[in-house]
Amino acid sequence: MSLGKLAERLLHLVPVLLGVSVIVFLMMALTPGDPVDIMIGDQNVTPQQEQAMREDLGLDLPVHRQFFVFLGNAVQGDFGTSFYHRRPVLDVIVERLPATIELSLVALIIALVTAIPLGVLAAIRRNSILDKMATVGSLLGVSLPGFWFGILLLMLFAVHLQLLPVSGRIGFDSEIEPITHFLLIDTLLRGRPDAFWDALKHILLPAITLGLPMTAILMRVTRTSMLEVMRQDYIVFAEAKGLKRGRILFRHALKNALIPTVSVAAIETGSLLGGNMIVETVFGWPGLGRLVVESVFLRNYPLVQAAVLFYAVTYVLLNFIADILYTTLNPRVKL
Amino acid sequence: MTSAALNSAPVAAASGAGQTIFRRNLRQFASNRLAMASVGIVVLFVLLAIFAPFIAPHDPNETDLFRRLQPPAWQTGGEWAYLFGCDALGRDILSRIIYGSRISIFIGAAVIFVATTVGIAAGLAAGYFRGWVDVAISRLVDILLSFPYLIFAIGLMAMMGPGLVNIILALAYKEWVIPCRVVRGETLATRELEYVEAARALGASSGHIMVKEILPNILSPVIVVSTIRIAHVIILEASLSFLGLGVQPPTASWGSMVADGRAHILGAWWVSTFPGLAILLLVLAINVASQGLRDAFDPRFQE
Amino acid sequence: MSRNENLLEVDGLRTVFDTSEGVVRAVDGVDVTVRRGECLGVVGESGSGKSVTFSSVMGLVRSPGRIESGAIRFEGQDLTRLSTREMRAIRGRDISMTMQDALTALNPALTVGEQLSEMLDAHDDDLPARGAARRRAIRDRSVEMLRLVGIPSPESRLGQYPHEFSGGMRQRIMIAIALAPGPKLLIADEPTTALDVTIQAQVLELISDIRARLGMSVVLITHDLGVVAEHCDRVMVMYAGQVVEEGSTVDVISNPQHPYTRGLLGSIPRLSLRGKPIRPIQGQVPNLVGLPPQCRFYSRCPERTDACLQSVEMRSVGPDRRARCIALTQEEVA
Repeated sequence: MSLGKLAERLLHLVPVLLGVSVIVFLMMALTPGDPVDIMIGDQNVTPQQEQAMREDLGLDLPVHRQFFVFLGNAVQGDFGTSFYHRRPVLDVIVERLPATIELSLVALIIALVTAIPLGVLAAIRRNSILDKMATVGSLLGVSLPGFWFGILLLMLFAVHLQLLPVSGRIGFDSEIEPITHFLLIDTLLRGRPDAFWDALKHILLPAITLGLPMTAILMRVTRTSMLEVMRQDYIVFAEAKGLKRGRILFRHALKNALIPTVSVAAIETGSLLGGNMIVETVFGWPGLGRLVVESVFLRNYPLVQAAVLFYAVTYVLLNFIADILYTTLNPRVKL
Repeated sequence: MTSAALNSAPVAAASGAGQTIFRRNLRQFASNRLAMASVGIVVLFVLLAIFAPFIAPHDPNETDLFRRLQPPAWQTGGEWAYLFGCDALGRDILSRIIYGSRISIFIGAAVIFVATTVGIAAGLAAGYFRGWVDVAISRLVDILLSFPYLIFAIGLMAMMGPGLVNIILALAYKEWVIPCRVVRGETLATRELEYVEAARALGASSGHIMVKEILPNILSPVIVVSTIRIAHVIILEASLSFLGLGVQPPTASWGSMVADGRAHILGAWWVSTFPGLAILLLVLAINVASQGLRDAFDPRFQE
Repeated sequence: MSRNENLLEVDGLRTVFDTSEGVVRAVDGVDVTVRRGECLGVVGESGSGKSVTFSSVMGLVRSPGRIESGAIRFEGQDLTRLSTREMRAIRGRDISMTMQDALTALNPALTVGEQLSEMLDAHDDDLPARGAARRRAIRDRSVEMLRLVGIPSPESRLGQYPHEFSGGMRQRIMIAIALAPGPKLLIADEPTTALDVTIQAQVLELISDIRARLGMSVVLITHDLGVVAEHCDRVMVMYAGQVVEEGSTVDVISNPQHPYTRGLLGSIPRLSLRGKPIRPIQGQVPNLVGLPPQCRFYSRCPERTDACLQSVEMRSVGPDRRARCIALTQEEVA
């Protein structure tokens, strides 16, 4: 794909992102009641402080002006001050981000590594026991409430078998000086395999919980597209060429079958973002998802607003990447 | 979701033929045993919800400090009068599950009802009038689809505050997009069909054509999609309740019951386990039933 | 006729498909002979079993289909008794196949060069065993094959994907792939149906040309008797899973013995028949489940009599000439 087309597609994102910010803005602007009063609640605040909060939120302006102030600030990375943390909202979010990204990536890897082989196997041994188990498994995977599944895993592996820790990212003994803020990487960079092992044990259950629905969906997508591909003429022709079965399956079939899988995976990575509020709450994972939930209870509206915007923008970008991946992987689609 | 031509072909026939196709589909659905069993489970939950006061053995909110974390009946220390044991306040878990079905089912049904009504109206308008109406509605749909569902609902709940009506609104604000897309696609395909052209030629009003000519013929895919979505909405409501953003205590809801049990995973496994099992059972039954429904009614999935 | 002269001999082949409505007898007792170096045309409507017959020869019949009985002898070796592995070695190297539509037969996600070189890699034993020398030899041979089928500047086109070629070029590439290991038999399944009329002739010309050059045999599956007349030495007409007529192309076309063949000839638009309407054959190929023991063409035959309500065998009606019609046999006997 040419750079020009890429730029053109990026340009298409602008109205969507603009619309997203309007909605995020309206979420707060149209809230009944005065946001400053709600945020203050029963805390002791001087009138000066209250006035400062009002100005910080731009509440003294008419609504449409408020939006442009909000948008202008947002583009510059200014999402106001988190009164609870007494720091800029962006700083607080950035601090929590690595934990969430690390968890999502591990969940993504677990999902891909289990879903693709299972989906392929289920397709080539169609109607076998394995195929039926995979079908039941994927139905269960999309029906299980994540928060409950997480608690079941905790009860089994942390409480009953005592194999894995109950919560957190890493044990006290294994705390290390951060470099990249991704613990699985930092522990290795610092030459602490024991700490790496500890971090791995902490991330395992939350990552499995987070990745489960995605695993179920990707397995189904892989199975269906593999079955579809195996019916195609080019597979018959490959057989007629006298190629080895392995080459037919993994080179001819899988390369085509993975096209939908990869783009669904990119889209579903967006859904991982949605799930991490639940998973981070269940497993006490110090990431952005838990921060959002905490902030709701603290009535820390600027932070909630910024986080919703952040999630939506990330989701749009992931969909964009899915789109690009689909077109680059699929030589048939001409742009 | 726009390959509507296949779908409208059978329904485009006269209403008499439509009746027999409907009946054949119904028969096909009824012959799917797993789907029928799932329908049975769903009906059972609906009955539980409606007749909760007559079925529940205890008052769901009656606390009894002597029964704090009492184990289920078959474990030592349990009693048969409290089948699934009691929670940290000594409330009967079974009774709370039965009452909790009211919240899950009511919210699921209400959200889908509101969302489908709005979605049909918007989708019909977009698909029938096309032009700027379509552009405006489709843009809004695209924008709403850009939010991960749960964070959108959390954001709205944070702003609106808790409460039954607010949950329904928070979920419906985004949910209507799904029926809307289906209806828009089907309408675009259906509006070109002969009988619609005929109605237009006879001078029927746009409203009449949309409601009387197009709507009845695109209803079945919408119903199929909506039943699948109920399961999704039920899980979302439970998730919100689990996070403490749903129905407020002491009202029993499955999600908040699972959350209550989190503090007791060390000693009292039953507090979280049974309500979660109820969610799984209901959602699984709806998923299986709607899959059967889709197989039977949506020709795109017929082999 | 000496046995040596026959490259392929199919004997009493029955290929069936198990479906929910019953057993579909797609190929019901078919005999085929392909001689060395000849071009055999196989003609019939869709559903006549012509493609399934040759899928069976290639060992490509998939579940729910299966070969129920019959022998498929290639150079005297019965292919139905070979293991999957032995059969794989024959496919491509000895018997190759092209499909109707190159657009769907070529893998959209792999480059043309890869699809060509993997065929050589799987079969061509003359190449250096491994390493860079082998890769270079494969590449050279790939370029040579593309040049042979008339692809301009082949070196630069190896890295391209099938969709970057025109329909006629794709068809040529598929032929190049099928011919790369130098097979003894090429099965060309409807090689021109998906093409423009102008390109059809070029592709057929190419096949005939290469056949003459390489001395291989070709089975040309088609529903177009005009194509057969131009390119084939012998012709075999199939109807509803059976052979109904066979013989040299000249004999069959100038003097068709079976009413179905006459029907087919009647439905070709010909210049000499200008002004006369084309008469398509009335009716459809019968459902192949639970056929009664009678002439399969009965329901559509303009010359049917009550005598046709019994099973009909192939009859010899001259040197190297056979047909399956009761009326004909009676004539011959009388």
